[in-house]
Amino acid sequence: MEDDAPVIYGLEFQPCSVRAPQARALSAQTAETDAIRFLVGTQSLKFDNQIHIIDFDDENNIINKNVLLHQAGEIWHIGASPADKAVLTTCYNKTCDSRVVSCAAVWRMPSDWETGSHESPDDTAHNPQTLELLCHLNDSAHGNAACVLWEPMGDGKRVISLADNHALLWDLQESSTQAVVSNTATLEGKGQLKFTSGKWSPHHNCSQLATANDTAIRGWDLRTMSQIYCIENAHGQLVRDLDFNPNRQYYLASCGDDCKVKFWDVRNIQEPVKSLEEHSHWVWSVRYNHSHDQLVLTASSDSRLILSNMVSISSEPFGHLVDDEELSEGEDNHQDDKGKEPLKDSVVSTYEEHEDSVYAAEWSSADPWLFASLSYDGRLVINRVPRALKYRILL
Amino acid sequence: MDGEADETVAVGDDCVPGRRRRVHGMLKLYYGLNEEGKAAEESESLDPCDINGPHFDPELYLNKLRRECSLAELMDQETCMVKQIRSLDSDMQTLVYENYNKFISATDTIRKMKNDFKKMEDEMDCLSANMAAITEFSASISGTLQDQHTQITKLSGVHTLLRKLQFLFELPARLNKCLELQAYAQAVSSHRRARCVLQQYSHLPSFKGIQDDCHAIMDKLAQELRQKFRDGGSSAKDLSECVELLLQLDEPAEELCDKFLSHARSRLESDLQGLEAEIRPYPSAAKDASARRGCNEFVSSLCLVITSYQELFINHAQTGELLHAFVDNLAARYFSLVERRIQEEKSVGDNSLLVRALDRFHRRLQAVAKLLPGSAVPNKGTEIVIRAATERVKQYLSALQSFYMDSLTDVRQALATPRLSVAGRDAPNSLPELLSSLSASILNQIKSVLASVHLFTAKDITFSNKPYFKGEFCSQGVRESLVVSFIKFVCQSSRHFCESAGDKGGSTPPALLLLLSRLCLDYETSTISYILTLTDEQFLDQHHSPVTPVTTLCAEAKEAAQKLLNHYVKVQGLIISQMLRKSVETRDWVNTIEPRNVRAVMKRVVEDTTSIDVQVGLLYEEGVRKAHSSDSSKRTFSVYSSSRQQARYAASYTPSAPMDTNLLSNIHKLFSERIDIFSSVEFNKVSVMTGIIKISLKTFLECVRLRTFGRYGLQQIQVDCHYLQMYLWRFVSDENLVHFLLDEIVGSSAHRCLDPAPMEQSVIEVICERG
Repeated sequence: MEDDAPVIYGLEFQPCSVRAPQARALSAQTAETDAIRFLVGTQSLKFDNQIHIIDFDDENNIINKNVLLHQAGEIWHIGASPADKAVLTTCYNKTCDSRVVSCAAVWRMPSDWETGSHESPDDTAHNPQTLELLCHLNDSAHGNAACVLWEPMGDGKRVISLADNHALLWDLQESSTQAVVSNTATLEGKGQLKFTSGKWSPHHNCSQLATANDTAIRGWDLRTMSQIYCIENAHGQLVRDLDFNPNRQYYLASCGDDCKVKFWDVRNIQEPVKSLEEHSHWVWSVRYNHSHDQLVLTASSDSRLILSNMVSISSEPFGHLVDDEELSEGEDNHQDDKGKEPLKDSVVSTYEEHEDSVYAAEWSSADPWLFASLSYDGRLVINRVPRALKYRILL
Repeated sequence: MDGEADETVAVGDDCVPGRRRRVHGMLKLYYGLNEEGKAAEESESLDPCDINGPHFDPELYLNKLRRECSLAELMDQETCMVKQIRSLDSDMQTLVYENYNKFISATDTIRKMKNDFKKMEDEMDCLSANMAAITEFSASISGTLQDQHTQITKLSGVHTLLRKLQFLFELPARLNKCLELQAYAQAVSSHRRARCVLQQYSHLPSFKGIQDDCHAIMDKLAQELRQKFRDGGSSAKDLSECVELLLQLDEPAEELCDKFLSHARSRLESDLQGLEAEIRPYPSAAKDASARRGCNEFVSSLCLVITSYQELFINHAQTGELLHAFVDNLAARYFSLVERRIQEEKSVGDNSLLVRALDRFHRRLQAVAKLLPGSAVPNKGTEIVIRAATERVKQYLSALQSFYMDSLTDVRQALATPRLSVAGRDAPNSLPELLSSLSASILNQIKSVLASVHLFTAKDITFSNKPYFKGEFCSQGVRESLVVSFIKFVCQSSRHFCESAGDKGGSTPPALLLLLSRLCLDYETSTISYILTLTDEQFLDQHHSPVTPVTTLCAEAKEAAQKLLNHYVKVQGLIISQMLRKSVETRDWVNTIEPRNVRAVMKRVVEDTTSIDVQVGLLYEEGVRKAHSSDSSKRTFSVYSSSRQQARYAASYTPSAPMDTNLLSNIHKLFSERIDIFSSVEFNKVSVMTGIIKISLKTFLECVRLRTFGRYGLQQIQVDCHYLQMYLWRFVSDENLVHFLLDEIVGSSAHRCLDPAPMEQSVIEVICERG
């Protein structure tokens, strides 16, 4: 049970730990499948912003951190390449001529960040290394970047950036040092339309994109860059985040300012398949577990993180399907399991370690039972799926 | 005789009745009537001294006296004896005198009788002689008349026979004539009379001829009857007559049965078709009565068929089943018609009409039940009545529901209209009136529906004493599926308001939400139990089947009220949030000018909050707020907040005191309770207002965190927050909540500020007061 205790880490500015920085950007290091590693970007207008690389030692329950400088500006969004551990994208704000501009860029971590930190943590603390800029993803014609999406499970050559009302598909060339816009899609309509968030679907050969603007969710076909569906008024208010079910190609989760988390089958967009209302304020992030899609993580500005078990709409609605061999081996166990069924949708647990709004939550790419959440006051909390549930899913 | 009398007198005692008896006894002795005397003799004592006894011995008696008595006594005895002897003597004389006359008259009578008898004997002799003469004459007369008498008898016999023969010979003609006149009944009875005779004498050629003729005619008649029967145009009465005649003509009963029934069927079916036709032209109109009359005709003619059938075929055993099948079949069709008719009876206007019609229907069927005891028809009829009743209850439910929805639409309109005309200020005033009129009209509607449904169980309705109407109808029908369902519907539709409006952007006016929430709360506290008590009183259920308890409904109503109020808070919060969000998002906070005024949107927020406060105050009580600190007035409040905020900003910007801010903010967070923004509110004004303000300020905070501010941007936020502080604290239960959230906002905007130079508190105050 000790293992289930959350691990809390407070971000600090490395050179002088004056005060906790604000932070919104969190990402798992997608390409890293051995170590449990998260990337956190800070938000500060006064100091150089940093990317904290948080390593979690699962056996010893210890957190190791490394810091890289991100001098370009405050980080609003961070995305790790699925192919190269060292490559990542950020969306950042920078101020020039008393104007605030949002930009996006591809970065590479210095090759020795890891070794350096191990040798002398104190040194790195004082002199953090700087990220190496690979290329900008900026097109002056296309406004402020909201987020950058990597092609899921791709070779790290294609990214999409959402800027104002445009979705730009970039091809990264020459070891990502050059970015060329290969295709664009534009959201047209009345008023100032602006993408708030998006997600690249891992299904259909990665040819689909879902975006959120205001209260609508739209699906795009990347081959023709045209809209394929549009869920108007998906949420009562602003849609904050989206995620695709990794195992069911038509299922999509969304969350927004109406405190709800909704699950959609994009083939029938009239009604959500399911709707949850557990949070007491805006829901900022929703994430499916990468392998067990019944586990859904939501983060909200009510300072809570909620882990839900959505069995009924998962790819395993009847629990883990036991093979015949397994059945014959452990029939007794299976009988026990039967007693627990049918499984119902439920909130697994509510995590209240945060004291400020939680803007991001991510599953680890290495350990499917582990996740991290980040609140505005710079507190990162690493939690595990409760053991009882884990065994119930596995056995 | 004298001597004896003397003696008797001499020894006679002084008891007069005893002496008289003695006298009578002696007379009887004389006339031979001695039975009494014998009895007397036996009972008398043998004492020789008894002066009255038969064995009296005077010598002994004298001696005894002389020996026993004194001289004086002897003297007395002697005088007594003398007295007695004297009285006896006079008695004897009277007796003889009295009876003497009688003896004389008796002797006279006997002598007279002797003379009369002699005369009578002579007359009797004369009479007997006369009688002998008469006898002789009579014998001679009868002897002469004997021959003629036998002849007359013979002649009269021949005459009768001839008359019978004549009847027989005339029979064919008569039958023909009857046939012509269609007097079938007469023909058949004539034929029946002749049939046996003809049968008996059929070996005679002439009779044979007549019989053949008759047969031919009768066949023709039968043919004609059958024809008539087949045509079926005639009335039921004619038909049954026909059948009766045919039966008398020895037609096979089963065949007739079938034919009879098929005729009856065709006629009844035409009735039914008439009914059907009648139903069609008036699908919706209240032509209830006419259709009902048609139905009644059908049922009565069905009854007629049944009775005549039973009379006709009473002797045929297996035909009963046939009749049952027949009746069932027709009744089924009839019922389907009736049911269709009832289903078309959609208008809920006058229930009494339907109830009466059903009652009549049911009563008619009771008649069938009496005629045909084993039939399933009445049961089915009752089922139809029950179905109709349940259907009716359903209709009432839907009528109630639509009434409810209509009144809600009315309320909506009432809420909308004044707002258009008087620009939003007067509208809330009518809220309590709207609420009371709404709840009153709903209650009235429920009462009237209950009254109309109550007709089903009225005492003068025949089916009201069926067990269904006594038990299940009351509990399940009325209470559960009408009243309880309606209450549930009210709660459900209220909930529906919350759900649909949440997604589609608040199509329901918030005032209506507030009103409904109060309505549901009133239901929870009093109305539900009132309605249910009313129902239970009117529909006393004898069976006590399980019913939804009041508490469940109350809980549901309370839940609905809670949801509505929460939703109201959410909607109102959103409206204000939206204003705040727009105001934050659309402004360029980096390049803004130095604040001179409180922004208009903040004034608008305060105004709206105030009007919401008024609106809520109309329907909900004030509620409890945490005791204000003594310094919750505006000025001291400003000082308090400014000191804290100043400390925080200063800390943020001057690295010299870094720990201070962290500590301050963290300690504050440590001790302040976690704020649930969209949480449940209580049923009072303060709680509602707190909820709305919480939502608004939290939105403000989150929006601020997404922006970047310049120096004046931060100052503008400071001014706005101070203004909000000045006015919002009075609405909430805990003013610290407002302080905390506003602190958070100013703090966050300071963090998001490129050039954080806070404005002087005094300047802020001046600006705010000027605004």
